Amino acid sequence: MTAQPTDIATYNFAYLDEQTKRMIRRAILKGIAIPGYQVPFASREMPMPYGWGTGGVQVTASIIGPDDVLKVIDQGADDTTNAVSIRAFFKKVANVTVTTDTATASIIQTRHRIPEHPLTAGQVLVYQVPIPEPLRFLEPRETETRKMHALEEYGLMHVKLYEDIAKHGRIATTYAYPVKVEGRYVMDPSPTPKFDNPKMHRSPALQLFGAGREKRIYAVPPFTDVVSLDFEDHPFEVQTFDQPCALCAAENVYLDEVILDDHGGHMFVCSDTDHCEKRREEGHRGHLAPETHLAPANMEPAQ
Amino acid sequence: MTDEPLLRVSALSKFYGSRVGCDNVSFDLWPGEVLAVVGESGSGKTTLLNCLSTRLLPSSGTASYRMRDGQFRELYRMSEAERRFLMRTDWGFVHQNPADGLRMTVSAGANVGERLMAVGDRHYGKIRATAVDWLSRVEIEEDRIDDEPRAFSGGMRQRLQIARNLVTGPRLVFMDEPTGGLDVSVQARLLDLLRGLVTDLGLAAIVVTHDLAVARLLSQRMMVMKDGRVVESGLTDRVLDDPRAPYTQLLVSSILQV
Repeated sequence: MTAQPTDIATYNFAYLDEQTKRMIRRAILKGIAIPGYQVPFASREMPMPYGWGTGGVQVTASIIGPDDVLKVIDQGADDTTNAVSIRAFFKKVANVTVTTDTATASIIQTRHRIPEHPLTAGQVLVYQVPIPEPLRFLEPRETETRKMHALEEYGLMHVKLYEDIAKHGRIATTYAYPVKVEGRYVMDPSPTPKFDNPKMHRSPALQLFGAGREKRIYAVPPFTDVVSLDFEDHPFEVQTFDQPCALCAAENVYLDEVILDDHGGHMFVCSDTDHCEKRREEGHRGHLAPETHLAPANMEPAQ
Repeated sequence: MTDEPLLRVSALSKFYGSRVGCDNVSFDLWPGEVLAVVGESGSGKTTLLNCLSTRLLPSSGTASYRMRDGQFRELYRMSEAERRFLMRTDWGFVHQNPADGLRMTVSAGANVGERLMAVGDRHYGKIRATAVDWLSRVEIEEDRIDDEPRAFSGGMRQRLQIARNLVTGPRLVFMDEPTGGLDVSVQARLLDLLRGLVTDLGLAAIVVTHDLAVARLLSQRMMVMKDGRVVESGLTDRVLDDPRAPYTQLLVSSILQV
């Protein structure tokens, strides 16, 4: 990438050097060619600690161009520390336009949520992944799990689900719920709530997963089958909420519990802040929504 | 009953550098037959067992196995995927130490059900019913089904390991000192159970043991190994009652009389 006419000469465009970006792009292309397969890559040190999204940041840095519009969410929120920092980082090192609007973003880097607003063709969703190996806690040997992926030996994955039912009477896994991609590889969808699993299935957007500490990249190309594992007599089902969002009255969205005081007061609000704000701008009001319309200014950043 | 063997082993050798693991071992194993391999520590019994169960590749020699379709397949020419599939469907492997053959951190039911799920069973109720059935066949109470094997005694763990191996209805089971480390009364019950299961299911088994009593009780035929070579083989009763090779005579006469 050539130098931009802007004053960002102190960094290479998007922070990473060009060779690194090429290396990561090759890993991404391989990942796209083999949906769900974990491609090893030479993860770089990033100016942030492991576990804060170094994998996602490297993927984003490798695919972002000057014309892209970037949105970053952390557990659905645009205004938490991680999201704000990563957005500011790319604004500085790539000089790209940033947004909180899901529909207009071309790249959405996410930590553990898929936006409620349906994604469209041409958008890229970049996941930050802490543990890419779905079999990790069942089989600790990496040599063995890679062999199991290669030979498609996934009986063990169902052992975990069996254990859930035996212990809790139902499949109690609520996040990082294992999926099978394009009928072949079993994949960890990163710790998104299983509520979001159906959104991955045949999504028109490209989905890229980066695990910086574990040095793995994997991908789900657009319109790819992503099926959550289950039993015939215990089918996959998503979380349901018995009340709508307290601020925007949205139903069938993923809600967060927010503690209001130290007397047990709490409310359930959309985890997707952009979705919630849009709905309130449209005039939807939940039972705890403030009287005056001050939606965005009202939201305190999480600590 | 078929007139063809289940397993044909011919001139099997395994060398660790210049050291001999096992040398030039040949035999046939017929369906429903239990073969005991006896010998002292370091005589190559376990090396032989590991070669036969494809956990170890031999230095030379061949072993062919008659698949369920009646065709003989050369074990060491099969792809790893085929071998592993064979291992978890048509074969069983009972380790001396149950912790090697069990998943100690998942429940007994899941341990038994794992093979079923590995071959594509996706109905929780049926898997659990099969697990209950198998636990009762190896004399583990039904209410222990959700306990982890860590909470089991040594004898129970060994029985659980046997159930886990037999659940897919294998035709050939490898056992490495199945009663090792168990006290005699538990050994006796386990042997009784094994003998019953082997007869009921028509299993063929290769049992490695240093305990001649185990060989006497379980097997119809036995091979005596020394320094990696087979020094004597024949019907178990014949070998034990009328040992011919000097080493076998030594072995038989070394049995402690109580």
